Amino acid sequence: MSPPPSLTPEEILRYSRHLLLPEVALGGQRKLKGSRVLLVGAGGLGSPLALYLAAAGVGTLGLVDFDQVDLTNLQRQVLFGTGDVGRPKSHAARERIRDLNPHVHVEDFQTRLTSENALEILRDFHIVADGSDNFPTRYLVNDACLLLGIPHAYGSIFRFEGQVSLFAVPGGPCYRCLFRQPPPPELVPSCAEGGVLGVLPGLVGTLQAAEVLKWILGAGDLLIGRLLLVDVWTMAFRSLSVRPDPRCPACGTREIRELVTEEASCAWASAAEDGSHEPDVPQWSPRELAGWLSQGRDILLLDVRGHHEWEIAHLPGARILPLEYLPEGLHTLDSARETVVYCRNGTRSARAVRFLREVGFTRVWNLEGGLLRWIEEVDPSLPRY
Amino acid sequence: MQVTFHLPKVLASLAGSAQVQARGATLQEAVEELTVRFPRLAGRLTGPTGEPHEYLLFYLNDEDIRFLEGFDTPLRDGDEITVVSAVAGG
Repeated sequence: MSPPPSLTPEEILRYSRHLLLPEVALGGQRKLKGSRVLLVGAGGLGSPLALYLAAAGVGTLGLVDFDQVDLTNLQRQVLFGTGDVGRPKSHAARERIRDLNPHVHVEDFQTRLTSENALEILRDFHIVADGSDNFPTRYLVNDACLLLGIPHAYGSIFRFEGQVSLFAVPGGPCYRCLFRQPPPPELVPSCAEGGVLGVLPGLVGTLQAAEVLKWILGAGDLLIGRLLLVDVWTMAFRSLSVRPDPRCPACGTREIRELVTEEASCAWASAAEDGSHEPDVPQWSPRELAGWLSQGRDILLLDVRGHHEWEIAHLPGARILPLEYLPEGLHTLDSARETVVYCRNGTRSARAVRFLREVGFTRVWNLEGGLLRWIEEVDPSLPRY
Repeated sequence: MQVTFHLPKVLASLAGSAQVQARGATLQEAVEELTVRFPRLAGRLTGPTGEPHEYLLFYLNDEDIRFLEGFDTPLRDGDEITVVSAVAGG
């Protein structure tokens, strides 16, 4: 880092509560002002990261996010307001940060982080905070950080549980030391499919922000070689040791010398949202199904979501049998009857169709795009969720 | 040896609880006993070779079993096994 810049009288007043801490003081605050932090993802984790790092006086915040603000984001992405729905996240975030702290310089990258652009985007930053929402981006951030020699504050969440650590610090472990490979897409639902308690990313992102600040200050005990597990349902915190793995291809053997976009990664990126990782599952479009139903064809509509989702909206005349109980409930289904299986977006139902076909059902189809597509194309009176 | 498994949410629903007891002289035996009692966990804790999936970590107390003896690690009464799953939500 270049020599830390000085503070104006207005900044001294603004950061007064930091300056009163001997652990931060004037020198630390100047380090924060001279620092450049890149946030990958302006979502649930990116929101508290951006807000707290901007408020703390980080000099430059980079934001990488290609997405627009959606109404379903607002339950947890506190960086945005209702008036931002439909706007690019990076633009809305820039305005919010400017209002919060005009001293922060924001560099927004309205793009998806890829193997082609990652090194170019990351290279001018001192530390990265990973708030992405998919495995390929997490591995990409890790590998790019190692190649460039910069650390990344890792955070990830699922439903009520979160994980935090600081990776790629010299001598410490990296993300690949912890998880060598991502799970197959069908085993881990996204927030869109599995849900997330709104406060969880607030907590985990704030913990990441604390790691970033301490790393810039060069003080405090960092989560290097430790994985913090957070469970807000049981309100339990647990810290586990993470060792650098000498066999790790990224930081151990250093086999990974350049970034690659694997085909599997592309599958991952889209799979969670629309069930497209099951492309060979026979399916009907909502319009096809509506056509058959209007002609009075006897079709069983099988809803494989949970009861809590059924309660929000379901197709008239449908029957519920949650995916996890499908094997036990198999004997209650008639394999001779035409059956269309649906869920929220076609992901879980595709798995159900695959299973049913494997056990001998030949007249079973997936509802393409699920209930969401049905609402879009056939019945807009049902609520989206 | 009686031990306690702490399962992540993604697996807890398959066992009906986030904390389950199991018995075994080694981690291998305890995992096998668990999957017999909760058949839905079969295939989710281990891959086809019987080794843990690479996206799943097993901690015996606070130590990663990859740095102990893996699934052959002997267990003691009261040991706590934390299963950590890779998650990517953000």
